[in-house]
Amino acid sequence: MSLNSNLLESHTPTSREELWRFTPLAKLRGLHDLDVSLSSRVSLGAGVEHSGLSISIVDAADAPSNSETNDLVSMRVRELSTKVLKVEVDKNCEIAVPIFLTRTVESLDPEVSRTVIHLGANSRATIVVENTGSITLAEEIIITLDAGSTLNFVSLQEWENDAVHLGHHHAIIGKDASFISTVITLGGSLVRLLPTVEYAGPGSSAELSGIYFATSGQHMEHRIHVDHNLPHAKSRVNYKGALSGDKARTVWFGDVFIHANAEGTDTYEVNRNLLLSDGARADSVPNLEIETGEIVGAGHASTTGRFDDEQLFYLESRGIPANIARQLVIRGFFLEIVAKLGLPEIEERIMLRIEDELEKASA
Amino acid sequence: MSTLEIKNLQVAVSTDEGMKQILRGVDLTIKSGETHAIMGPNGSGKSTLAYSIAGHPKYTVTGGSVLLDGVDVLEMRVDERAKAGLFLAMQYPVEVPGVSVSNFLRTAATAIRGEAPKVRTWVGEVKEAMASLNMDPAFAERNVNEGFSGGEKKRHEILQMELLKPKIAILDETDSGLDVDALRIVSEGVNRVKESHDIGIMLITHYTRILRYIKPDFVHVFAAGRIVEEGGAELADKLEEKGYAEYVTA
Repeated sequence: MSLNSNLLESHTPTSREELWRFTPLAKLRGLHDLDVSLSSRVSLGAGVEHSGLSISIVDAADAPSNSETNDLVSMRVRELSTKVLKVEVDKNCEIAVPIFLTRTVESLDPEVSRTVIHLGANSRATIVVENTGSITLAEEIIITLDAGSTLNFVSLQEWENDAVHLGHHHAIIGKDASFISTVITLGGSLVRLLPTVEYAGPGSSAELSGIYFATSGQHMEHRIHVDHNLPHAKSRVNYKGALSGDKARTVWFGDVFIHANAEGTDTYEVNRNLLLSDGARADSVPNLEIETGEIVGAGHASTTGRFDDEQLFYLESRGIPANIARQLVIRGFFLEIVAKLGLPEIEERIMLRIEDELEKASA
Repeated sequence: MSTLEIKNLQVAVSTDEGMKQILRGVDLTIKSGETHAIMGPNGSGKSTLAYSIAGHPKYTVTGGSVLLDGVDVLEMRVDERAKAGLFLAMQYPVEVPGVSVSNFLRTAATAIRGEAPKVRTWVGEVKEAMASLNMDPAFAERNVNEGFSGGEKKRHEILQMELLKPKIAILDETDSGLDVDALRIVSEGVNRVKESHDIGIMLITHYTRILRYIKPDFVHVFAAGRIVEEGGAELADKLEEKGYAEYVTA
């Protein structure tokens, strides 16, 4: 099933549907339920000013959707959002400082939020979406990259433990443009994110990375979808997760479709999960569909396992106590992705949060 | 002055076919400043001896004792054994992705010494130890054993031995996979650490080659899970000439 075919009619999803069968719908506080009304609020805000950067709130009519979606919640977000946050970077403009988009939180009442991001030709920017606090949110972020532009996009889910967050990040990547996305999910009661990608010109590339750490009772779901809908585009997907505690739950899907016309595609995806205790469950489903053999490469890997006892023994045999040895290995596991952010203060904050979660999990 | 006393040590390992006895009563005493070569054919239990003393969970001690300066080692956790002064240089050092050598060394030194080493002196200490083992300083920023060549792994083991300053070091086939130059550098490292810190060494090897560089005070021939012959350095020469045949068929 391609992103562009078999579009669904709007309806309330049930757990019998493939896309929703892993999600505990009862915990969504009605975000998915057509009988529950959702308020529209632009909950992301920015405090940064820079020449070549414009951030504004516009009427929904002035920010129409430029992509199709099969996600029932995204359809609701599009339908119900009255205002949209619009972030635009002028062509040829390089914004050296990271642009922080920070969530404001008001209540647990279910709400929708929509954001569109547009990078002009040959521009460069880093955008960091910071999610903290308690919320019941369905959101969509549509990212359009014009030819030759580069976006480093970071989405931080540092929610409180009662937050519910359904999100769709869709990138449309122009000719020779690069989309580098890192999704960090460390908090929330239920987080279900859909990082999806389509290409608008050859020479385009997507690097989608992410980490998640679920502890007792948390559900973290990431469904990646890369649509190689034209020739000579590249994608790399690397997500790593850890789980600790009873009923800690993660779901990872990596759908990569290489259409018949997408010659020269180069793609690889990997998901690794580390189970730190009994009672946790990780699902990992890489899925590669290839309609042409004229490609550079296509591969996937998925591992879900317990701690490597040989690593632990090695560290302990050097005098390092087991709990510190475990911390070292888990830090290292996540650092592979976090160290690539290029944002030292954020890296530090994420690693501290991971250590905090680890301590709570082992307490 | 330290003493490692291994008395009638018996060790089994669990296999698909049930528990299998590997060590069948090993007696060996190693004192500070002494080098004991343990030589024997493949499968004779040499590595089992090394890993049992270090406390690898795969091995079950079914009898006997191991005492370090009179204290029962077998009652200790793995990290406690290292803190007590035991060190195992492994034949196959384990990769630890995402953990840098410098972070690993500092964490280990902090654990062994009971306090974090002072930053200024520590950096110098590591640099000097690395230089003496012909190691590139950039090595410190690589992940532990990840993508290391055989020679780099063994140098990294001896670097740890130098920095952690054990009382008794067990070197498990440290010579395997090393070319002549690497063997010389690693051996010189072992000799230097041994002399400066008066370490007792258990040198496990299959071949006599490393004994040209590290002179043993005692040679023990290991076969079928126990020591079957003991002597001085001259015993190694005999093994070089005649091999292990007489011990294996016996």
